[in-house]
Amino acid sequence: MQTMIRPALNILTNCALCRLKAAGVFAAMCACMVPNAWAGYDFNIPQPGTPISQQIYGLHMYILFVCAAIFVIVFSLMFYSIFKFRKSKGVKPDVNFHESTLIEIIWTIIPFIILIAMAIPATKTVLDMKDTSNPDITVKVTAYQWGWRYDYSAEDFGFYSNLSTPWSQIGQPGTPATEEKGKDYLLEVDNAMVVPVGKRVRLLVTSNDVIHGWYVPQLGVNQYGIPGFIKDVWFKANEVGTFKGQCSQICGKLHGYMPITVIVKSEADYAKWIEESKVKFGAKPLTASLPASASVEDANKKFTLAEAKEVGIKIYAANCIACHQTTGKGMPGAFPALSGSKVVQGPIDAQINVLLNGRPGTAMVSFARLSDSELAAVITYTKNSWDNNTGKIVQPADVKALRKA
Amino acid sequence: MSTAITPTHDHAYQGAHDARDHHDDHGPGNWTRIFTTTNHKDIGSMYLWFSLFMFFVGGSMALLIRAELFQPGLQFVQPEVFNSLTTVHALIMIFGAVMPAFTGFANWLIPMQIGAADMAFPRMNNWSFWLMIPAAILLFASFFVPGGAAASGWTLYPPLSIQGGIGLDMTILAIHILGASSIMGSINIITTLLNMRAPGMTLMKMPMFCWTWLITAYLMIAVMPVLAGAITMLLTDRHFGTSFFNAAGGGDPTMFMHIFWFFGHPEVYILILPAFGIVSQIIPTFARKPLFGYASMVYATASIAMLSFIVWGHHMFTVGMPAAGQLFFMYATMLIAVPTGVKIFNWIATMWRGSLSFETPMLFCIGFLCMFTLGGFSGLVLAIVPVDITLHNTYYVVAHFHYVLFPGAIWGLMAGVYFWLPKFTGRMYNETLGKWHFWLSAISFNITFFPQHFLGLAGMPRRIPDYALQFAEWNMVSSIGAFILGFSQLLFVWNVVSCIRSGEKAKAKQWEGADSLEWTHLPSPVPYHTFEIAPVIK
Repeated sequence: MQTMIRPALNILTNCALCRLKAAGVFAAMCACMVPNAWAGYDFNIPQPGTPISQQIYGLHMYILFVCAAIFVIVFSLMFYSIFKFRKSKGVKPDVNFHESTLIEIIWTIIPFIILIAMAIPATKTVLDMKDTSNPDITVKVTAYQWGWRYDYSAEDFGFYSNLSTPWSQIGQPGTPATEEKGKDYLLEVDNAMVVPVGKRVRLLVTSNDVIHGWYVPQLGVNQYGIPGFIKDVWFKANEVGTFKGQCSQICGKLHGYMPITVIVKSEADYAKWIEESKVKFGAKPLTASLPASASVEDANKKFTLAEAKEVGIKIYAANCIACHQTTGKGMPGAFPALSGSKVVQGPIDAQINVLLNGRPGTAMVSFARLSDSELAAVITYTKNSWDNNTGKIVQPADVKALRKA
Repeated sequence: MSTAITPTHDHAYQGAHDARDHHDDHGPGNWTRIFTTTNHKDIGSMYLWFSLFMFFVGGSMALLIRAELFQPGLQFVQPEVFNSLTTVHALIMIFGAVMPAFTGFANWLIPMQIGAADMAFPRMNNWSFWLMIPAAILLFASFFVPGGAAASGWTLYPPLSIQGGIGLDMTILAIHILGASSIMGSINIITTLLNMRAPGMTLMKMPMFCWTWLITAYLMIAVMPVLAGAITMLLTDRHFGTSFFNAAGGGDPTMFMHIFWFFGHPEVYILILPAFGIVSQIIPTFARKPLFGYASMVYATASIAMLSFIVWGHHMFTVGMPAAGQLFFMYATMLIAVPTGVKIFNWIATMWRGSLSFETPMLFCIGFLCMFTLGGFSGLVLAIVPVDITLHNTYYVVAHFHYVLFPGAIWGLMAGVYFWLPKFTGRMYNETLGKWHFWLSAISFNITFFPQHFLGLAGMPRRIPDYALQFAEWNMVSSIGAFILGFSQLLFVWNVVSCIRSGEKAKAKQWEGADSLEWTHLPSPVPYHTFEIAPVIK
């Protein structure tokens, strides 16, 4: 209830302030536009962050006002009729007033002219949006179920970007969340995309599996990633800052859980980030779920059971938990249980193959993008957790052998 | 419309019989009649009851969705069940509630309004109704098979729809069957309207409801096979190794969208045009004055139908089509505002200098006018490519199409039920209860869906079971509205049932301003057989 009262109080305070400052209507309007004044009750497009989204914002306001004006004019005529021409007032109908070619022509032509007035600025913006020429930097965006990958091909690195909100904040039907929801609940990621301010950034958007939508409203970009095709869009951020978005196209179970974060940095900070990222994400990309110490891939690494489980549980939490669940029991009918599974308790090779190739026709996609040691660790974890006590340890070399085959 | 109607005999109800005259010569009077009947009134009623049932099934799914969205976090359903709910809610409301309800009205009214004895193909009529039952069973059953019901959104975009389990195949089969049923219904309606009009009932004297259905039926025949083609390709991609929509095999997922929306956009007019027809008959009745610009209404309806074939691309502005494509679809879409505007202006001009009264059907029509126009304006906003790109697949779109479909299609249907119930049953509904139903629906509808515009503008994507905290307040408001809206509809059922059981006797011409044949030539309730001898219309 408090959340409902707070904005109302804010409005009242704002109004009082306006009177004090004797700034009248103008200030009242400003008060509505100040962020926070309405707390969670946002009711317009968020603050534009690029020249294009600025144009979009302007177009929307323009069309909104024209429509509102038309609505008021047309419906005041209707409500006039409702109050004036009532049978209860003894009004007799004018049965001959049922045709007028002149009126019909007028109310066909006027809307047509209004539409032209709307189409002209819209056309200009469309042409600006579609002009992806002369980019300063190009980033390839690949969507997958359920996260994003950003490749900075010119710099020779790329990385995955996944939801970082823990499931303990989200909860499950029947089991409430055990942790309070954070400020950026469902809008926070492990590795954000980073771009320089004031530069034309061209995105090449595609997908690894189903159709997704790369949507960041404040950057004026909403582009489907379509498997097998690459589409390009561009934006140029006006200012340094952080911009949030989400996948816009339904893409399966965790469609609601694949946020986007774009951090706009100054040119110097961006250059610094590039250098750091080359080290962090260069050569073989890793998911952020791995501890920094494990980020250097070692093909000859020999895991002990305890080591493998420790790394494996983190990889499991980042990649597997949504379907197969913390309990390893999956969801009957939709996602098979790992606990007690014949595949998991069975030979090592069979399970490695499932993870490398996926199971075509099901939601189990290929996890070949994970490194040999990551796969070895997570498979070892599943083989030695819940009802599975196989004692088997999978080593990176085992994965490597099958990956090549 | 200015149809002059003169009965050929002194007997005003010529061609009509008392229901009892013919009670026994139509097969068994027991329950098996529902399987064997070929009477357009029986079949019309069956369609209407079926769609009412489906309306509540689809509505319950909507309430589950809103319950989950009441607060951030997962409380009631798993995300994939949530996706199934949004998918099946849409399919049930479109194919199970709105379309059959319109066909129900078509069955009841078209023969009576054109002075025909029945539909042109009575046995096919029975078959088109009964096909819907297995389709509905397939849809319900798909929730209980391994992998659950279709969860790809009602648009069934591949490759996501390739991933689903057998539930998706059941959905495809259900849509095939429903499509066949719609095509048969449409052929029946077109044949009836073109061949079975009474002497003197020229096309341009037909009531608007008949006109809008004639145009709708053509739309259905044109686009239902297109949908059938798209989902058949989906089926062969799923099971028989084809690659229509798989880039790895030379196909293209975007092609599915093109084919789907070539069906999908005319489909949204299929869902609204018959409601235009109902409203075009009710407003003149309660304004006690002929419909303003009858001819221009007919032409506007036909132009909307024709334009609907060249605007499908506006559902796909974010696939990355070239600027020329975006501009073409934007201009074509904006053009639809012109004939739609003409219709709105005509309805208001019909009220102008009339003698208005505000019984329940009229209230629903006025609600329709205001709310549908709002939905039209948000449609215009979405037609503007750059604005659409920032609003595509957000709650703004959800708000937009619920504004055109709930106060548009559903209120049009509600208005029609209240308007013709006295004619169908010979009894009056409870006016006070009807008004309560209207006002509760009107207020709670706006509480539910108006805030969704704000959510969409703020960037909340549709079809998500959980959301960021800045969307929490409006979602809570919307969910509260949805529950009031859902439960208000029970008043409607109560009103209809108590009208049938114990309503006051209705007059043959219950509404002073009504002028179509069912009011002027037939008693209330209408006998089982009507117009066996066609009336002559001057």
